[in-house]
Amino acid sequence: MSDVAARPAPNLFAKGWVKTGLILVAIVAAAILGAQFDDSGTLYKVFIDPFQQMVQAPDLLAQTIWEGLVSGVLYALIALGFVLIFKASGVFNFAQGIMVVFAALTLVGLYEKGVPAFLAVILTLGVMFALAVTIERVVLRPLVNQPDIILFMATFGITYFLIGFGEALFGGNPKQMIADQLWLPKGAIDLKLFGGLVSLQKIDIAAAVIASIMIAALAAFFQYTRIGRALRAVADSHKAALSVGISLNQIWVIVWFTAGIVALITGIMWGARSDVSFALEIVALKALPVLILGGFTSIPGAIVGGLIIGIGEKMGEFYWGPLIGGGIESWLAYFIALGFLLFRPQGLFGDKIIERI
Amino acid sequence: MNVETMNVTGEPLHRDKGDVLLSVDNISLRFGGVKAISDVSFDIRKGEVRAIIGPNGAGKTSMLNCINGFYHPQEGQITYKGVRRAKVKPHQAAADGIARTFQNVALFKGMSTLDNIMTGRTLKMHRSFFWQALRHGPAMTEEIEHRKVVEDIIDFLQIQHIRKLPVGKLPYGLQKRVELGRALAMEPELLLLDEPMAGMNLEEKEDMCRFILDVNNQFGTTIALIEHDMGVVMDLSDRVVVLEYGRKIADGTPDEVKANQKVIDAYLGVAH
Repeated sequence: MSDVAARPAPNLFAKGWVKTGLILVAIVAAAILGAQFDDSGTLYKVFIDPFQQMVQAPDLLAQTIWEGLVSGVLYALIALGFVLIFKASGVFNFAQGIMVVFAALTLVGLYEKGVPAFLAVILTLGVMFALAVTIERVVLRPLVNQPDIILFMATFGITYFLIGFGEALFGGNPKQMIADQLWLPKGAIDLKLFGGLVSLQKIDIAAAVIASIMIAALAAFFQYTRIGRALRAVADSHKAALSVGISLNQIWVIVWFTAGIVALITGIMWGARSDVSFALEIVALKALPVLILGGFTSIPGAIVGGLIIGIGEKMGEFYWGPLIGGGIESWLAYFIALGFLLFRPQGLFGDKIIERI
Repeated sequence: MNVETMNVTGEPLHRDKGDVLLSVDNISLRFGGVKAISDVSFDIRKGEVRAIIGPNGAGKTSMLNCINGFYHPQEGQITYKGVRRAKVKPHQAAADGIARTFQNVALFKGMSTLDNIMTGRTLKMHRSFFWQALRHGPAMTEEIEHRKVVEDIIDFLQIQHIRKLPVGKLPYGLQKRVELGRALAMEPELLLLDEPMAGMNLEEKEDMCRFILDVNNQFGTTIALIEHDMGVVMDLSDRVVVLEYGRKIADGTPDEVKANQKVIDAYLGVAH
C-alpha cells in the first residue's frame, strides 16, 4: 500500500494548455455563479451583459472588431519598425515613434513648399536615408561594442534631437496629411451585415492592404536575400558576422533606412486618419505592449500582437469601458501586455532564450 | 581557389610551400598599459599549417585578431600577399580571403546549420536583392550554385544530419564543426583556427584533425592554428611559433621547437 501512496498524483497542470483551459473554465464558472448571487449586479454587468450585447447586436460587434483590426494594423506597422532595428542591432530604438512623425512632417512640409506629392514622397525617402547614414556615422559607429543600455540611451538622444529639429523646421502645429494628393481613397463603404450597417472607411482598407503588402515584402527580404541573411547574422553575433565579411556599418544603414521607410508609411497612414502632429509619438509607444505580446524579434509576432492589442482595446473600450466611466483605451493595452508577461515573458513568437551554462 | 577546386572528392592539389603568404613584422599591441604582444615577427608560407602555441595569456588570440583586423597593432606591420596592410577592418580581411573561427564558438545561434554556412558565401553573392527577394531569374541560379558549394562542405564535414537544426541547440563539438564549415564556405586562402579542438573528446579531436589536414591537402588552404594539445600540434603542423608573455621565444619545425630549452622552460616552469 505504501508504494501507491508514494506514487505522485498525475499533474493536471503539467501541460500549458490544460492549465490555461482549467483556469478559464474556473473563471467562467465563478462568474456565472457569482452573477446569480450578486445583488448589486456588478458581476452580471462585467461578465454576462457584454457578451449578451455581442450576441444581440452582431453588427455592432463587427464594427468594433473592424475598428480594432485597423488600429491593430497600424500598431503592427509601428512595432515592425522597432522589431527591424532590434533584430539587427539588439537596440531598442526609442526614436521609432518620432521617426514616424518626422517622416510625415517632412512629407507634408515638402508638399507645402510646392513640391509635387509623389516627388515629395521620393524626397522624403531620401531624407530618411540621409538620416540613417547620419545616425550610423554619428551615433552607432562611435558606440559600437558598448553595452546595449548605452545604445538605448543614445536613441533617447536621437528622439529629442528629432523633436527639436522637426519643430524648428516645420513648426509645432498639427498639419493635414496630403492623403488626396497621394491618391488615397476617401469616404466609406457601408456593408449590410447581420441586419445592421457596418461602415468601413476606405482609408482603413487601404491601410490594411498597404501594410500587408509591405509586411510580405519585408518577410521575403529577410528570408531569402543575402542581405536578409546578413541582417539575421548581425543580430546573432557581431564578431562572427564581421569574420565572414559582413560590414556592420552597411547593415546598420540598411536597417535604419528600412525602419525609416516603415516609419514614412506608418506616418502617412496614421496621418491620413487623424492629423500629423507630435502627439503621434505617444501613440507610437503603444508599440511597446505590442512587442511584449509578440516578442521583440519576430515580424509575425509584431503583426499578431498588433491585432490582439488593437481589437482588445476597442472591445474593452466599447463593452466594458462604460462600467468605469470610459477612457480605458489608453491603458488597457499595457494591462493586457502585463498579463502576457506573467505567462510568456518572451512573447508569443519571441525566441526562447537558449543558454548553455 | 575557385568553385571547381571545392570538389571534395577530387584529387589532392599540389602543396606549394614556397612563397610567403603573410608576414608579421615587429608588431606590438597594447591595451592601455598592458602589453599583449611585443615586437613579434614571423611569417606564414603558402600551403603550410602554421601553429601558434604558448601558455595562457601569451598573446596567441590577440595575434589572430591582429591578422584579421579585429585589433590594430600600434607598432609594426603586417604584409599579406605582398601588400602592406594599414588598418584593415575584419570584413575587408574577409574579402581578401582570410577566414577564421573563434575560441569560444561564435555562430549565429538562431539560424540553421545550412544558413550559418550560407552566410560564409555572403561575399561571393552579387545579385541585387530585388531579384533575390523574388527568388527568380539570375538570383535563383546564383543561390543554387552557392547552395551546391555549401552542400559539398556539409558532406565533407559529415554534418548532413544537422543541416536544418538551429545551431544553438547542437553539442559543442558539432558547433565547432559548423563554424569550420562557415569559414570554409568563404573559400579562404588563409584560414585562422583559434583552438579548433578545445573542449572536445578524443574521437572528436581525431575527426577535427582529419578535417584540418584534408582542407590543407585537398583545397591547398593555408592554415594558422592555435592549439593547446601538443600531440595535435606536433602531428598537424609544418612549422610552429611559440609565444610567451607576448614575446616570441621559438620558431621552427615541431622537432626543433620541442627540443628548444626556452620552450621547455615556458611549459614546465623553471626555477629562477
